[in-house]
Amino acid sequence: MAKSPRRHTRSVLAVLLLASVTAITLDVQGGAESVFQPAREGLGDAFGPVEEGAALVARPLSEVPGFFSSNKSLRDDIARLEAENSNLRGQLATTSEVRYRAAELDGLLSSSERSGLALVPARVVAMGPAQSFSRTVTIDAGTSSGIGPDMTVLNNDGLVGRVVQANRGSATVLLIVDQDSVVGARLGSNAEVGFLRGRGGLGGGSRMDLDLVDNSETPGRDDVVVTWGSRGGTPYVAGVPVGTVESVVSSPREQAKHAVIDPFADFSSLDLVGVVVDADTRGDRAVIRAGEMPGGE
Amino acid sequence: MPIVRSAVFLGMLLAAAVLQVSFFAFFSYDGVVPNLVLLVVVAAGLTRGPELAALLGFTGGLLLDLLPPADHVAGRWALALVVAGYLAGRVRPEQGRSSTVALATVAACSFVSTSIFALSGMVLTDPGVPVGEALRVIPIALVYDLLLAPFVLPPAMRVFRRMQAPQVAY
Repeated sequence: MAKSPRRHTRSVLAVLLLASVTAITLDVQGGAESVFQPAREGLGDAFGPVEEGAALVARPLSEVPGFFSSNKSLRDDIARLEAENSNLRGQLATTSEVRYRAAELDGLLSSSERSGLALVPARVVAMGPAQSFSRTVTIDAGTSSGIGPDMTVLNNDGLVGRVVQANRGSATVLLIVDQDSVVGARLGSNAEVGFLRGRGGLGGGSRMDLDLVDNSETPGRDDVVVTWGSRGGTPYVAGVPVGTVESVVSSPREQAKHAVIDPFADFSSLDLVGVVVDADTRGDRAVIRAGEMPGGE
Repeated sequence: MPIVRSAVFLGMLLAAAVLQVSFFAFFSYDGVVPNLVLLVVVAAGLTRGPELAALLGFTGGLLLDLLPPADHVAGRWALALVVAGYLAGRVRPEQGRSSTVALATVAACSFVSTSIFALSGMVLTDPGVPVGEALRVIPIALVYDLLLAPFVLPPAMRVFRRMQAPQVAY
């Protein structure tokens, strides 16, 4: 024993701290080709099913408080009405945008594109902790169901996010409320384009910021914001409702007007989502095409 | 048998990491979940000292960095938990027996590790972690970790004591 135990501890600490900093440097420098990418994929493949199992156990348990407040049939009623409500709200939300497009006579192309949306249904099985300050979730469908990176994810209410990484049986979705997320967006009433940035909030108070490209335009309150979409529908397909304008802030210092957007989707209770795929996708689960449910009620 | 021991420790870290992202995601408060990996690392520190705790902190942190749905730069949780493990290990073993000291250690380590993670995010990421968001999340995380500590710490500490290599008294 040449070294004192205390000095030994110090050197272990120093080595581990250096290792952490090296890992950070390697990952930052590597970007998409980082040395950690194979490890990420491997862990994703191996633990996707485990996370799925844990979520399977947790899901009924998380509903336990519901048993105390109401009985089963009431809760079924609530779920059905909520689904109906968000469905109607979605229809209402897109009406103004649809009207505009009809008036502009360019609706033909985009509406055929929109009605042609094919969705792969998936459930959220894991959620990134708020302590990590990034808003990501894992869904239980991956490349085996035809899901790949940069695909649009939406749910009953509106836009949810995009796929950032797809493993065999699971995929990681970056939510639009994340700080890193930028969505090209369009105002429903006058088709002005702008950029939507997440604020990182998750609960009922989660909001996003909209910066319009044209400074002279003022977004109206309760105006609906939809995605603007880009070539090939990646990362976001066009015309998906995102949220409504809650308030408009303009500061004399900067010319641009800045709107606060209340998203339609409830990000704290995400469960069933749909991933937009090509209509001819063949995978290990059924693809919902143009709003028809396979074998539904 | 070091292989068996490391397998058991790795298993504990894996179970903690998976439960944290998937099981407790359904019981999150405003998105914050209890940091089970941190609790395992603190248990190691209180029973086995700073070296093992820092090593487990590094391994557990890398798991949190790489396990889906993690999307941040790898090594950030590793850095945070190495420091937390070292701090927990510095608590004297005879004091580690008292539950008040154990809870105080959990609180301190939770505060330190979440803060280090947030600070590294402010330095490394482009939009940066907003200070207000960090100040909101850190206390919630601290309280949630404290709430879970009585259920996780005693069994974990028992495992760490039992898995201790036979030592010669000196």
